[in-house]
Amino acid sequence: MRTASLSILITFFLGIFAAWGVMSIKNRLWRFVWDGILTLPLVLPPTVAGFFLLYIFGVKRPVGQFFLDYFSVKIAFSWGATVIAAVTMSFPLMYRSARGAFEQVDPDLLAAARTLGMGEWTIFWKVLLANSIPGVAGGGILAFARGLGEFGATSMIAGNIAGRTRTLPMAVYSEVAAGNMDTAFVYVAVIAAVAFLCILLMNAAAWRAGGGIHG
Amino acid sequence: MDREGGNREKFWLEARVRRQLKDFLLDVELETGRGCLGILGPSGCGKSMTLKSIAGIAAPESGRIVLEGRQGRRVLYDSASRVNMRPQARGVGYLFQNYALFPNMTVEENIGAGLKARRLSGEEIRRRTGEMAERFGLTGLEKRYPAQLSGGQQQRTALARIMAYQPEAVLLDEPFSAMDAHLRERLRLELLELLRDYEGVSVLVTHDRDEAYQLCSRLVFMDQGRILAACPTKELFLNPGTCRAARMTGCKNISRIERLGEYRIRALDWGGLELAVSRPVSGDVTAAGIRAHDLLPLSGEEAAALKGRPEANLVPVGRPKVSEMPFEWYVTLENGLWWKREKSIHMHAAGDVLPEYLRIPPEAVMLLRGE
Repeated sequence: MRTASLSILITFFLGIFAAWGVMSIKNRLWRFVWDGILTLPLVLPPTVAGFFLLYIFGVKRPVGQFFLDYFSVKIAFSWGATVIAAVTMSFPLMYRSARGAFEQVDPDLLAAARTLGMGEWTIFWKVLLANSIPGVAGGGILAFARGLGEFGATSMIAGNIAGRTRTLPMAVYSEVAAGNMDTAFVYVAVIAAVAFLCILLMNAAAWRAGGGIHG
Repeated sequence: MDREGGNREKFWLEARVRRQLKDFLLDVELETGRGCLGILGPSGCGKSMTLKSIAGIAAPESGRIVLEGRQGRRVLYDSASRVNMRPQARGVGYLFQNYALFPNMTVEENIGAGLKARRLSGEEIRRRTGEMAERFGLTGLEKRYPAQLSGGQQQRTALARIMAYQPEAVLLDEPFSAMDAHLRERLRLELLELLRDYEGVSVLVTHDRDEAYQLCSRLVFMDQGRILAACPTKELFLNPGTCRAARMTGCKNISRIERLGEYRIRALDWGGLELAVSRPVSGDVTAAGIRAHDLLPLSGEEAAALKGRPEANLVPVGRPKVSEMPFEWYVTLENGLWWKREKSIHMHAAGDVLPEYLRIPPEAVMLLRGE
C-alpha cells in the first residue's frame, strides 16, 4: 500500500511531464522513438522489465554502484526498489492516458493562450491540464492499480523480504505458498476492496467528463 | 483610447510569408496601416496560415514580419536574420473561428487571462475586466462558463479578452463562420464599430464577400497561396481586373471576348454579342464581366429610340428562364446572361418582371484578364 501510494505520486508527475514533453517534440521521428521507449515497460513481460531494472540498479552495475559508493544506499532489494519497480511498470499507463487526454484539448486553446501572453508553464497547468482532468485522473487511477498489483518486476529487483520489500501481492503469494490461507484471505480482501474503489473512481471521472464540469 | 487625441502613434504591419503547403506554395506579401485589411479567398487558399504566421502560432519557412506600433518598430519574424519572436511577446491578438475560450474558466477569468500574464495587480485586473465586460455587453454574465453562453456572447467574450490585452494588431479568422445568418448580421455591425474605434492594425480573413465589403477598407484577394489583387475595397468591386477576382466579388456573368476595336468587343460566350465599352480594351484583356444587377430593363419604345447607336448594347429578352428568390428575380437569358431584379411590392407574377429588352451600359462592362 505504502509502495503504491508513493509510486503513484511519482508516476503521476513523471507521466504528465513526459506526455507534455513528447507532445512538444516537433520532429515526428523523434516523437515516435520517445513514445516507444516510454511505452516499452507496458509491453514487456514484467520479469524482463525487472531484469532491465536489475541490470541498471544492481550493486555491480554503474548506477547501483554509484549510489552505493556516494550515498551508501543499496537500491536493489530495498524498499526503494519496490517503488522503482512500481513506478516503472505503472508509468506507461499514466503517460499514455495523459497524452491521450492532452491531445483531446483543442490546439487553438493553447495557441490562444500564447497570443494572450500566457507563459508555457501557466498554459500547461491552467489550460492543458485543467481541460483534461477527467482523462488524466482516469490514467492516474489506472496507474495506481497497476502499481498496487505489481509483482513480476518487483520480485526481480526487490525480492520478497518480509517487512522490507514484501508488497501486498507478494504477501498473498508467500502466504498461499506457506499454506496460511486465512492470512492470505485478509490480503486478498484488502486488494479487492481497493481495486473496486479504483473502478468506482474511474467511472466517476468518466461521468464528470461527460458533462459534469458545466453543471 | 482617446479617439480625438493628437499624438496618435503610427501603426503599420508588413508581412511576407512563404511556406510550402500540401498542394501549393504559400507566398504572400501584405502591408497595412490603421483600418481593417481584408483577405478574401476560398477555403484552403492559405489565408489562415498567413494569419497564424503573423501571430506566431504557425511557422513560415521563410519571410519577414514587421510590426510598428506603441512599442516602436519591431521585427516579429525574419528568416534572414533568424528572428522568431515568441507569440507571447508579439502583442498580436487573434480571434479564432471557434473563439477558443477556455472552457474551464468563467467569462471574467477568460477576459483576465491575458492580464494575469502581465503581472498586473489583482485590483487592476478586476477593474479592466469589469470595464471590458461592460463595453462588450457582458455585464451580469461574468461568472458564467463559455458553454453557458450563446454564440454571440461567446464571440463578445473572445473579443473582450483580446481587447483587454491591448494588442497592437488584431487578427480575425473567419469570425462569423460559426453563426446563423440572423445573428451574423447583427454581430457584423458590432464588429464594424469596434474596428472603427480600434487604433491598431486589423486583418480580417474571410470567404464571404459581403463581410469583406462591409468591414474592410482595403482588400486583397488570395487563391492557391498567392495574392491576385490588392486595392481599396470599393475599387476592387468596381474593377476586379482578373476573372478569378471578379468571380470572388460575386460577378455572375463572365465571357471570353474578341477585341473588335479600342472600345468594342465581341462576347464569345453570350452568343457573339457585340458590346461597346467605356474603357479602352488593351491587348491582354481576355474576358468581360457584367454584374447581374447592372443590366437595365427597357420597353420596346425605349429600345427603338436607342437602336442603331453604337453604344446601345441591347439584348432582346426573348424567352428566358425565371426563378423566384425571396427578394429578387433571377432571370437567365437564352444566350446565358444572368439578370437579377430586385422585387418591388407590385411585382408578384413572373410575367410582370420581364421587359422586352435589356441594356448593358458600357460603363458596366468590366474588362478582365486571365481565365
